[in-house]
Amino acid sequence: MKKVYRRPKSLKRAAFHYCPGCGHSIIHRLLTEVFDEMNIQDRVIGIPPPGCSVFAYHYLDVDMAESAHGRGAAVATGLKRAYPDALVFTYQGDGDLAAIGTAETIHAANRGERITSIFINNAVYGMTGGQMAPTTLSNMKTTTTPYGRDTRLEGYPVRMSEMVALVKGAVYIERTAVNSPANIRKTKKAIRKAFQAQIDDLGYSLVEILSPCPTNWKMNPLESWQWVENEMTKEFPLGLIKDITREKDSTGKRDAD
Amino acid sequence: MKGYIEIDQELCKGCQICMAFCPKDSISPSDKLNANGYLPVRFNSDGDCTGCATCAVVCPDVVIEVYRE
Repeated sequence: MKKVYRRPKSLKRAAFHYCPGCGHSIIHRLLTEVFDEMNIQDRVIGIPPPGCSVFAYHYLDVDMAESAHGRGAAVATGLKRAYPDALVFTYQGDGDLAAIGTAETIHAANRGERITSIFINNAVYGMTGGQMAPTTLSNMKTTTTPYGRDTRLEGYPVRMSEMVALVKGAVYIERTAVNSPANIRKTKKAIRKAFQAQIDDLGYSLVEILSPCPTNWKMNPLESWQWVENEMTKEFPLGLIKDITREKDSTGKRDAD
Repeated sequence: MKGYIEIDQELCKGCQICMAFCPKDSISPSDKLNANGYLPVRFNSDGDCTGCATCAVVCPDVVIEVYRE
């Protein structure tokens, strides 16, 4: 019998510190599978975030530079401008990219920085203990909204991908999830396209990934995977949000609009 | 049996996601705790695994290797 599925080459042989059923490690694996398939492991520079995935550099066998809260897109901008041949990606959660890093993200996209953002949306602040995040759903219970998120007091869930899609420099934006075999395969395709947009020097690309957080949602792993399907996708519909990679000239001289 | 899988018993965290998605019910909980205190899952070698690799695609801890004829 031949081996048809093995651990990706770019993924280090280390035990993940994530909780059972967490989506982070699936996304780590998808990233490394894409690096292997595109043969770009030696060109990639990653920006791990604060949060549960702060130790992403323990697992991804690529160059990485840690950034402060929310500053991922700014650090990536600097790295990309210093090393134009590198493929720079930021790996950011919702508290990082959608709260403290909103300005950096939108302006990096608006400048059309040739970087890729992997945006992990789990509707909650994971590492700090399950507080409300900007993406927390209406009426969802967290440790800081024990009676459920009251939209009159705390506002509405932020749809970051739709916001970033409005700016001209963003060329590829897709929202996917890692809660079923089909969605995991779609996520991998989306990550691949996002890196291709960067390789083709077109502009900013972002993949928002709805990821289960069983611990802070207080569910078992399977329930949390189903909750993504049944509740989260109502607020954050899956699918392609923006793709102007075909219209855009690879030299960047012709504007897509 | 057209395929089989190997599950790393020490790295498995027993989330049982693979069990939920296996189309042939070829995975079941082990009866032995691992060194981290998790109850991992094990492969039923007497089942009819086809080597479809769905378990490996959904495994959050990348502990499954799949073999097929």
